[in-house]
Amino acid sequence: MKQTRKSDWLFHTYMVLFLAYMLLPLVVMGGAAFNDSRFPSVYPWVGWTDRWFVELWADARMWNAFRNTIYVALAVVAISVPIGTAAAILVNSIAGTTRSVLYGLMIAPILTPGAVIGISTLLFWNTLSVPAGLHLAVLGQVSYIAAFVMLLVLARLQSFDRGLEEAALDLGASHMQVMRRILLPHLYPAIGAGAAIGFFQSIENFNVTLFTRGTYDTLTVYVFSKVRSGITPTINALALILISVTLVCAIIYEVRRRRAARAERMLLAKG
Amino acid sequence: MKDLLNRYGPVLTSIFILLTAFWLLALVILPNIYLFENSFRPYLPIAEVGGPNDTYSFDNYLKFFESPIHIRVFIWTILYSSIVTVICFIIAYPLAYYLAKVADLKLVPTLFLLLFIPLWVSEILRSFAWFIILSLKGPLNFGLIGLGIIEDPIRWMTGFRSVMIGLVYTYVLFMLFPVYNAVQSLDTNQIEASEDLGAPWWRTHWRVILPHCKPGIASGSVTVFMLSAGSILVPTLLASTNSRWFTEIIQQWMFESQDWNTGSAYAFLLLIICTVFVSLVMRIFKVKLSDIAK
Amino acid sequence: MTAGVDLDNVCADFGTFRAVDRVNVNIQPGEFFSFLGPSGCGKTTILRMISGFTNPSEGVIRIGGKDMKNTRPNQRPTALIFQNLALFPLMPVWENIAFGLEVRGVDKNTRRAKAEELLRLVDLPDAADKRVSQLSGGQKQRVAIARALAVEPDVMLLDEPLSALDLKLRQHMRAELRAIQKRTQVTFIYITHDQGEALAMSDRVGVMSQGKLQQVATPREIYDAPANGFVASFVGENNIFSGEVAGAEGAFATFRTASGTFQARLGPNTTGAKTRLFLRPEHVTLQAGPGALNSIPVEVTDVAFEGNFISIQSRDSSGQMLVAEARNDGAATVPKPGEKLHMVFDPAHALILAGDTAAKDPDA
Repeated sequence: MKQTRKSDWLFHTYMVLFLAYMLLPLVVMGGAAFNDSRFPSVYPWVGWTDRWFVELWADARMWNAFRNTIYVALAVVAISVPIGTAAAILVNSIAGTTRSVLYGLMIAPILTPGAVIGISTLLFWNTLSVPAGLHLAVLGQVSYIAAFVMLLVLARLQSFDRGLEEAALDLGASHMQVMRRILLPHLYPAIGAGAAIGFFQSIENFNVTLFTRGTYDTLTVYVFSKVRSGITPTINALALILISVTLVCAIIYEVRRRRAARAERMLLAKG
Repeated sequence: MKDLLNRYGPVLTSIFILLTAFWLLALVILPNIYLFENSFRPYLPIAEVGGPNDTYSFDNYLKFFESPIHIRVFIWTILYSSIVTVICFIIAYPLAYYLAKVADLKLVPTLFLLLFIPLWVSEILRSFAWFIILSLKGPLNFGLIGLGIIEDPIRWMTGFRSVMIGLVYTYVLFMLFPVYNAVQSLDTNQIEASEDLGAPWWRTHWRVILPHCKPGIASGSVTVFMLSAGSILVPTLLASTNSRWFTEIIQQWMFESQDWNTGSAYAFLLLIICTVFVSLVMRIFKVKLSDIAK
Repeated sequence: MTAGVDLDNVCADFGTFRAVDRVNVNIQPGEFFSFLGPSGCGKTTILRMISGFTNPSEGVIRIGGKDMKNTRPNQRPTALIFQNLALFPLMPVWENIAFGLEVRGVDKNTRRAKAEELLRLVDLPDAADKRVSQLSGGQKQRVAIARALAVEPDVMLLDEPLSALDLKLRQHMRAELRAIQKRTQVTFIYITHDQGEALAMSDRVGVMSQGKLQQVATPREIYDAPANGFVASFVGENNIFSGEVAGAEGAFATFRTASGTFQARLGPNTTGAKTRLFLRPEHVTLQAGPGALNSIPVEVTDVAFEGNFISIQSRDSSGQMLVAEARNDGAATVPKPGEKLHMVFDPAHALILAGDTAAKDPDA
């Protein structure tokens, strides 16, 4: 049991203030979606309306951008998960200078500003006569999202007992069977987390996409151009929907986590 | 290499190598080489590309060094990104310590879930929220006037004030999580031993906890600085005419002038400053690259 | 099926370090053979070479007469039981056991039936659907054995599989392993640093030190007729005297030490080598008067009651500490510290051996 101290209430207050600082802006933004004011704000409160949601729903460009975003995110996950996993396994089973060099190259994209990744991707593929478009946005995003997957899988690999691989080989399994039955099942949590993070990172991405997208829209680009060309509260409506989806996911996750924790406690209690 | 073959056999090993090679060559190394190469070539009409005028020169970089405004914007970007990094650390450190060592263990996952929500909401919406809050007739001014703290509304979106507010809000969590991980990995007994030996709280932090957190602080600093300096959204939404960001100038070259060569020269400058920052942090904190990438 | 294993001049080098140095041994089909030695003596490397995870840098390994040089680990007729057992944590017990069959394409019902049959063999009939983490140490042990047996190996390789168990369980599992080996008639090759395990279970024991095989013999011979100083001192307790051979006649010799001059049996390869005299504590007796031959006047320093025997520490005039063990038959008179007695022994039980002694392994 932790002992309580006098300074604790200071910490608690600070934590609450910080949570408010993090979450209130989102509330303000969501609230503005219902304000019947041409300019998004919660003050002055003109009146309650749902017309921004209706307008958003009717916006074909938004739907197009939404579809594009999902396509790109799925493609990014489909490419970066195998690449990141392969790279992690590779880097995990080599040593010395080769390992440091490879590792450095792999995490370099994480430390590179998105604009630089976007522009370099655009230039390189343009030289190969590949025009800008969603496919380039995918490739640009993969270059750094694969690094996230690699780091997650590598961390998981470090807790892997390589004796298990040898045991399986010793029992007559082929390398492919060892991979499918022993190594991959151990890595699935990391691969799943990598896929989820990759998906969200891709949806959120703006900097890389801006330079590589050509004339295609994604959600972030759509919002960006809306903000530039004349702000309307439809953006708030969109934001509120996105926040709600996030919130629902978060709650589902939390409920499942608590249930799992309780199940584990009961299992332990039973022995 | 031999180990790899023994463990995974020739087929899988080839697949691993091919996938990794595609990533590193086609998506990381070659694009950056092309960026570098293009930054030394002039911007020409398509017909003249490869012609006699297509020669290497420092012209694109000279454009930068001959423009006092661009140099000033470059320095501002570095300066204010550094300030944002420091502010983020000051805000995040007590929280990281609280979450790791003070907060009720049962509460911590829920707190993290709450903190993750803004992280999942995209950067553009987060800056947009502050765009609403900071507007002249926005809720912040309304609240402050209502509380009697100020009498007339403040014009927040002037100078770098609003940009910094937006950047700190958007990136502070990228400082919090690595620092939290670092504090968390410190054995609580060490803190208690220090207190037991009579150290006041600030000395315990300075001599025991902070040194242990160096990798986390380094990781957070690099992330926050890189994201701030490379941010396009926050400055676009929250900056005013007297506060410009280096990424905006890159955008101008790329989209308005359609001069990709000068654009790549400027992008390369941004890459250099981020690389310099990373190596500086690694020097100051005496950490390895693998400590930063966690 | 069962097969013999031949190691023919086998060496293993890691960089400049020679972990295994010219090992020659023929292990018979159906034999329970142990490699015994302190940690770092190369015994685990031998096991990894037989199973195929390490390649010998010189020499030939044959299983069932067939050279294994180009046979990969997953094609060798061996099954290895790892020191940490290496049970697959994400599979239930029965899938662990049936894994070797699964990768050979055996259908699910047959696999399940075979797994249950093997679980009965190792006396765990109800464990099929349990998770590995729910098993106790001894149960995990049995599952590992069942998993190895499932692929019907010709040779079973065991890498100190009992080292993680507590003493009681370890002794129980010794008997169990021995029984399973007798029942299945599979060749068992067992690696251990525990002399008790090696002597109790094996048909033959190979004692190793610094990559070299020191002696291959039955447990009885290893104990009673060790080939050199290392084997004698690594296996069992000894009173050791430094000294030199003063004159040999047949199988016996006169050995001169600081504690006196004794008659003793001459071990192999002693000519010209640095030698010591080895004397087991259970082969000496303490008596009130001096003996005719091989008698040392001593003063008792300590007496320890060990249950089935009594251990008596004493010191001779040169300052050497000596140990005698007396069987506790209930009638023996126990000397007291400070008592002055004479230690006597039969020349047939005192051995003159060449070579260094083993540094006592604290684990053993």
